[in-house]
Amino acid sequence: MSATTSSERVAECFAQLRASGRRALVPYVTAGHPSPDATVDLLQGLEHAGADILEIGVPFSDPMADGPIIQASSQKALAAGMTFDGVLAAVSRARLRIPTVLFTYLNPLLAAGRDALSRAADAGFHGVLVTDLPVGADASLEQWLGDGPLAFIRLVAPTTPATRMVEIAQHGSGFVYLISRLGVTGVRDQLPADLPETVGRLRQATELPICVGFGVSRPEQAQAVARLADGVVVGSAMVRAADESLDSAFTLAASLRAAIDTVSP
Amino acid sequence: MPAHDSTLAPSASDRFGAFGGRYVPETLIPALDELERAYDDARADPSYIADVEHMLNTYVGRPSPLSDAPRLSRHVGARVWLKREDLNHTGAHKINNTVGQVLLARRMGKHRIIAETGAGQHGVATATVCARYGMECVVYMGEEDMRRQALNVWRMRLMGATVVPVTSGTRTLKDATSEAIRDWVATVVDSHYVIGSVVGPAPYPRMVRDFQSVISREARQQMLEQAGTLPSTVIACVGGGSNAIGVFAAFIDDPAVQLVGVEAAGEGLETAHHAASLSKGTPGVLHGTLSYLLQDAGGQVHPAHSISAGLDYPGVGPEHAYLKDIGRATYVAVTDHDALEGFKLLSRLEGIIPALESAHAVSWLASQRGRWRADESVLVCVSGRGDKDVAQVSEMGILGP
Repeated sequence: MSATTSSERVAECFAQLRASGRRALVPYVTAGHPSPDATVDLLQGLEHAGADILEIGVPFSDPMADGPIIQASSQKALAAGMTFDGVLAAVSRARLRIPTVLFTYLNPLLAAGRDALSRAADAGFHGVLVTDLPVGADASLEQWLGDGPLAFIRLVAPTTPATRMVEIAQHGSGFVYLISRLGVTGVRDQLPADLPETVGRLRQATELPICVGFGVSRPEQAQAVARLADGVVVGSAMVRAADESLDSAFTLAASLRAAIDTVSP
Repeated sequence: MPAHDSTLAPSASDRFGAFGGRYVPETLIPALDELERAYDDARADPSYIADVEHMLNTYVGRPSPLSDAPRLSRHVGARVWLKREDLNHTGAHKINNTVGQVLLARRMGKHRIIAETGAGQHGVATATVCARYGMECVVYMGEEDMRRQALNVWRMRLMGATVVPVTSGTRTLKDATSEAIRDWVATVVDSHYVIGSVVGPAPYPRMVRDFQSVISREARQQMLEQAGTLPSTVIACVGGGSNAIGVFAAFIDDPAVQLVGVEAAGEGLETAHHAASLSKGTPGVLHGTLSYLLQDAGGQVHPAHSISAGLDYPGVGPEHAYLKDIGRATYVAVTDHDALEGFKLLSRLEGIIPALESAHAVSWLASQRGRWRADESVLVCVSGRGDKDVAQVSEMGILGP
């Protein structure tokens, strides 16, 4: 284990990428999908295929921000018995070299207890992102997350006003996750036309690295996003590929990696 | 009108004690801010209030009557009074809220309305008001509930609404609510989401309460006029809790009035098949609000069960969680079996077929014979009529051969 704290690993990762003129590939997977047994292999294989950071989702029974693909993956993972502790155990067993972000809805995180964040850090997580805890929603929980051992990654939406973008960035660390479009997670044909403008507004608001997700699925889309942002999150497309086979997920990750690497800053 | 000035439940806050809040994706925050501003602006505007009252009086049929119930009174051993929300247009209390919210959406310049529905009563009430104003209406309904409440699906379609079957999760109200939120996250710029109960993120719980509080503002005055006294006890069924908050609201500051919410005990509180979030749940976050919730140790939401689709929800409004914790209201539960007895009882004794939801309140009342003196008054909210349930119940053979 390195001497840096868990939360610093995410910032360090982006500093290294910037120094080498590269953009981050950030695949999302639902822990326990396609099966609890496959999760460790999936995480290791995605690292090998060129992921810079992994977002690892805690399955939840009522994922209101997710579209059909990630909903189905959560149901499948829960039906197979995946739990919060199971997620931590899988990451611990995977012994990854790249930073990992715990991606969760609030309720399973609350149920995991006040020591959930330190247990996650001990298991090898470096960041945490809570889908349904927007800035200003709950001062004491936000303080718990902000003061904890993990980088607290906050979300910005296309509907977020510029003044609120500043506030969000001030209350977050690691990177800012920019939701590319209105709506839930899912595979879309096109990137939203106003994405460059939204990224531009967010750049004005913060110096934190910006990762863009929601609807990014194909290599050419990833390439277009990499021209604008510091990182590209691919969720539903990755989950759909993993549903076919682990190799499909690894092939997708490698093709996304190649596409992103054609972009020079 | 909607003003509710109780010191126990502050209108201006997004919290009821520790409960409530806004636990939603970031995309919805600006929309909730906009809704909150628009609502607070509207409730201070006499022309909006006049529009709502005009619709309630000339379209919904308010004020709804307060009926005495002589035969049920003898059965229970107290003076029973029934607040007749079943006589509203569309057959339930739900329309009190949809009138207020649809008029608010028009004020905000939103032309598309989204709603979730369980039993179908809120969906029908929303489709109705949308038809009246020529607005697009999309209603999300669990596939399982569409089967149980086919007639309400047909009604919504007749009035021009689109009913979208929800096939995810448990295919009931919980999942319909998630699906409505997913629609809203994508269409938030031109759509308004009309939540049907006192649940969801702020400002919905207090806004829906304010619209439903017309029930108790009328009932309190009617009790004083017709009974000459306030009730000793006010009883209402609780799913999400909108008719209960509505009939409690104006009595909250009357400390002598006991407030009783009746949850659905389904197959029994000792089983896993019930919908009694307040009686058996623990605090958690679902659909944007912190409240009591049926959940497992890992924070996964437990599917609810009730014979009545309208009570079949694993969460409950945050104000009820607060009223429970401070001891101002008491929450009890009635099984499917006993609710059917209540359904029969009110039909036989008073010629009023209640909704299965309301039958839970009637059943608890009937079980409490001896609790009150004969001259004490008890108020029960008949939140809806049972026409929608007749097909389902008739198949159960409760009348015997």
